[in-house]
Amino acid sequence: MYKVILATRYLLKRRITYFAVLAVALCVFIVVVVMTVMAGLVNEFKEKNHLFAGDCVVGTESLVGFAYYEDFIKLLEQQDFIEAVSPAIKSFALKRRRGAEQDDIVEIMGIDPVRHSQATGFGDTLYYHKNNVSKTFDVANDPNLAGCVLGDFMLSQDTSNIYLSNANLPRIAYSISCFPLTARGALAQAGTDMVNTKTFYYSDQSSTGLPRVDGSLVYLPFEEAQQLCGMGGSIKRASRLHIKFKPHVKIQDGCEKVRSLWQKFRQDMANETQAYSLDTVTVQSWKLYRRASIAPMENEQTEMSVMFGFVGITTVFIVLVVFYMIISHKSKDIGILKSIGVSNLDIIELFSGYAFLVSIIGSGIGLFAGWIFLLKINPIEDWLFEHFGFQLWDRTIYAIGDIPNKVEFKILVIIVASAIAACLLGALIPTLQAARQKPVETLQVGQL
Amino acid sequence: MSKDDLILKAEELHKYYRMGATEVRVLKGLNLNVAKGEFVAIIGASGSGKSTLLHILGALDKPTKGVVTFEKRDLSRFRASELNKFRNRMVGFVFQFYHLLDELTVLENVYLPAMTGRSVIGWLACRRQAKNRAKELLAQLGLAERIRHKPYQLSGGERQRVAIGRALMNEPRLLLADEPTGNLDSATGNGILEVLEKLNKAGQTVVMVTHDERIAQRAGRIVTLVDGKIEHKNHKHSRNEQQ
Repeated sequence: MYKVILATRYLLKRRITYFAVLAVALCVFIVVVVMTVMAGLVNEFKEKNHLFAGDCVVGTESLVGFAYYEDFIKLLEQQDFIEAVSPAIKSFALKRRRGAEQDDIVEIMGIDPVRHSQATGFGDTLYYHKNNVSKTFDVANDPNLAGCVLGDFMLSQDTSNIYLSNANLPRIAYSISCFPLTARGALAQAGTDMVNTKTFYYSDQSSTGLPRVDGSLVYLPFEEAQQLCGMGGSIKRASRLHIKFKPHVKIQDGCEKVRSLWQKFRQDMANETQAYSLDTVTVQSWKLYRRASIAPMENEQTEMSVMFGFVGITTVFIVLVVFYMIISHKSKDIGILKSIGVSNLDIIELFSGYAFLVSIIGSGIGLFAGWIFLLKINPIEDWLFEHFGFQLWDRTIYAIGDIPNKVEFKILVIIVASAIAACLLGALIPTLQAARQKPVETLQVGQL
Repeated sequence: MSKDDLILKAEELHKYYRMGATEVRVLKGLNLNVAKGEFVAIIGASGSGKSTLLHILGALDKPTKGVVTFEKRDLSRFRASELNKFRNRMVGFVFQFYHLLDELTVLENVYLPAMTGRSVIGWLACRRQAKNRAKELLAQLGLAERIRHKPYQLSGGERQRVAIGRALMNEPRLLLADEPTGNLDSATGNGILEVLEKLNKAGQTVVMVTHDERIAQRAGRIVTLVDGKIEHKNHKHSRNEQQ
């Protein structure tokens, strides 16, 4: 009991302790704010990638695609764990806006908007047809024209406006040119006709929140894209299948089942004419499929964690120095306590309890300040932007609306536990030295 | 004096310190017996090893050689936990510079030994009793009005009385006082000596270290420490040394 009383009194009476509390509070504050925002950014980014890809992707990076995809879709749709499947054509093309003087290299993605919205979050990324995805590629006043959906960054570069908000869609024409390939990968057309070109009209814009996607992807109607890429004909080909699992299915379990199905399907198709096109097909979870995008973000989060690990080490040193000073001033007390029968372990417990109090109070203050700051982080950033044109996160890189400020309980627990551990670690050496002090040395007249 | 009357016995005590390359021999084969209920004053010049001897007798320090027995038990055979218990229950220390904890009140300083010897539950169970005992002691020492004060709010004499209260809290068999009046004026010091005399008359064994022979005269027996040993003198009191 005396340990609690003494630790509390030391905390209240020794002003130097306030520095240790302040150091812990500052570190906790910084780490809470940065980790919350960073975790929010990463989670949001992952979720956007998840929505973009669906739960699982069966496909190939090869530009020729793979055959018999319709048969595999039928097989998939018979499975009880599958919610929806959407075939897609993916290739590269040249895009030229009518009136423009140069072509841009873009990625094209041929989709059936209804199926694709069932398998992925595509429908929700649309600006005009969010609630009527079947009309995504319909061009106003002319049902015979083919529509296309542009990523909003790409459109903003073309039109200098992110959203064209008038009720009637503007008629913007784009010519899209592709090099159609055979199933073997050769150019499908020889001579001057080697390029397939078709004009599409702007019918909507998509905002996935993924800057690379929104800056380089043009969605086209599935059949049109298939023809452009030379994947039509008697044996049709597709680049990939986006799959959504039923809600109760775990992603990894679902992917495993699809993988097994694909292995079997491939064996069954081994004797078909274009069976070779199935060789490069892989089955990947959305995370694996989008790893090239997600990994840098996760690396950034890891780097931040390491950086703030160093902040933690600084805290350890501050606490160590403060405790050295405190304990050197308290050597007389240690001698007194030992003279009345207090053990070395009790001395360790006393000063560890003291360090624990410092960490708990420091963490409490840091958490509270961090929480308040996070609540106000968006108004603060708005104010900074309004008055100084300063943004904490460049929106063209992070593609976020508001700065994520949802505090995660798990992160808080980890931060507080780390702060406590840092304080105990910082206090460990001085505490052990205190415990080793001989009472006769500290109580001698010369020591006073 | 029969062997059963002895509370403390020091035999052939040696204590050496190393100071750089030199070995300083403080105690050189000292023998001392203290009987139950005695008031012994150990006198000697500054640096003669009086405080070292007192620390060894109270198990705050260990002799380089020799044996200290307390109620026939060899202190060198005590485990660390037993030594802590010994310091907590069997002996009470009074130091020249009082050595009170500034963060605690007078009352808390006095019942501190009762707290340190117990677990939280044990303390909660006997808290009231311990506080009452501490208050009683403080009342006996004339400090009833000072229980909520902090040590730095008291005079030197008052602080020393608080230190005596703390030393007596667990009703120790032996009270060890290291220059208890050394930091006080003669009137205040006299008051402290009266307290010690009163305690001794009530049966408390007291061993006091002092460099002042006049103060030592207040004890029942005086032993003189010279050159690391007890000096033989034809003193009226010195009957037990160097036997």
